[in-house]
Amino acid sequence: MSKLYNLTKGIIKENPIFVIVLGMCPTLATTSSAMNGLGMGLATTFVLLGSNTVISLIARFIPDKVRIPSYIVVIATFVTIVDLVMQAYTQSLYEKLGIFIPLIVVNCIVLGRAEAFANKNSVFDSILDGIGMGLGFTFALTLLGSVREILGAGSLFDHKFISGDAILVFILSPGAFIALAYLIAIFNRLKK
Amino acid sequence: MEYLIIIIAAIFVNNVVLSQFLGICPFLGVSNKIDTSIGMAGAVTFVIVLATMVTFLIQHYVLNPLGVGFMQTIVFILVIAALVQMVEIMLKKLSPALYQALGIFLPLITTNCAVLGVAILVIKKNYNLLEGVVFGGATAIGFGLALVIMAGIREQLDLANVPKGMKGVPIALLTAGILALAFMGFAGIVK
Repeated sequence: MSKLYNLTKGIIKENPIFVIVLGMCPTLATTSSAMNGLGMGLATTFVLLGSNTVISLIARFIPDKVRIPSYIVVIATFVTIVDLVMQAYTQSLYEKLGIFIPLIVVNCIVLGRAEAFANKNSVFDSILDGIGMGLGFTFALTLLGSVREILGAGSLFDHKFISGDAILVFILSPGAFIALAYLIAIFNRLKK
Repeated sequence: MEYLIIIIAAIFVNNVVLSQFLGICPFLGVSNKIDTSIGMAGAVTFVIVLATMVTFLIQHYVLNPLGVGFMQTIVFILVIAALVQMVEIMLKKLSPALYQALGIFLPLITTNCAVLGVAILVIKKNYNLLEGVVFGGATAIGFGLALVIMAGIREQLDLANVPKGMKGVPIALLTAGILALAFMGFAGIVK
């Protein structure tokens, strides 16, 4: 039961974006379309899964004083892997996400899960936690990306369903703030 | 003239917070009071300028000659973390007054993605050292500007009657959205 909870808590109950409100920078910056949001979410999920696994394995051997720098090195290693793989296989997505792929390193969610979960739980639980939190993050980004793409471009995953212009501002930067503000407000309401 | 363009573009047109989405966490976290936001802006400016210089030199004189450009992310984040620690220790010894003012903000800066973001952007845009430092400083001023404006609005917002569901993060994001709309007016000043 608690194993299942570790996997599912990140998706709704402890959703990293809507409930814990961490990792705002990539959330706002990369959700100009549903596809970009999904890509960023999956990239972060991979890093989260990798760093949670490795950190839960090595946490016992790291002296307490240098644990944060050590975690950052582990995270940065996985980010570099993602960066190189995406550059090789998903060129156009890589160019759209741009600087925000190396910036996964400073995504508070990744370091936050290392510090709050992976360093004091078993490997298996940490893997489940990494997948769950990653999926929650991906879900949030894809949802926000979909809302912005529907309102701002009149399309979803590049399938256009209206002719002419939509509310362009939702694709631009102010729309990111406004759409996320209302999504969090709706989430707060639904939680009760 | 070129430097002026870099400065205006970095502060207003491509404001680091409102149009690039870097440094959102401190932007939402420490924008409750004008005093603290000025302190944070000062600390960030200091660290960004220093970090830009150091990472630039490392990229061009260590990573590139060795052909290990792919180590950029790992090396930069470690350098920034070490730099922040060093600045903290030095300030404590050299200028206790400044340390008092900036001290509590310094540890937070390591995870401020604006610092790493600017360091990577300077390399990506192929700036030389002076351009990089000017760009870094201007970006930091843009960050400070957005932070202080936001703090001013939020101080007033405390007195307003906000609907229950919108309290806290949602209303802060909404305010930032309207602020970003206002900053869009600067688009087109500089090509």
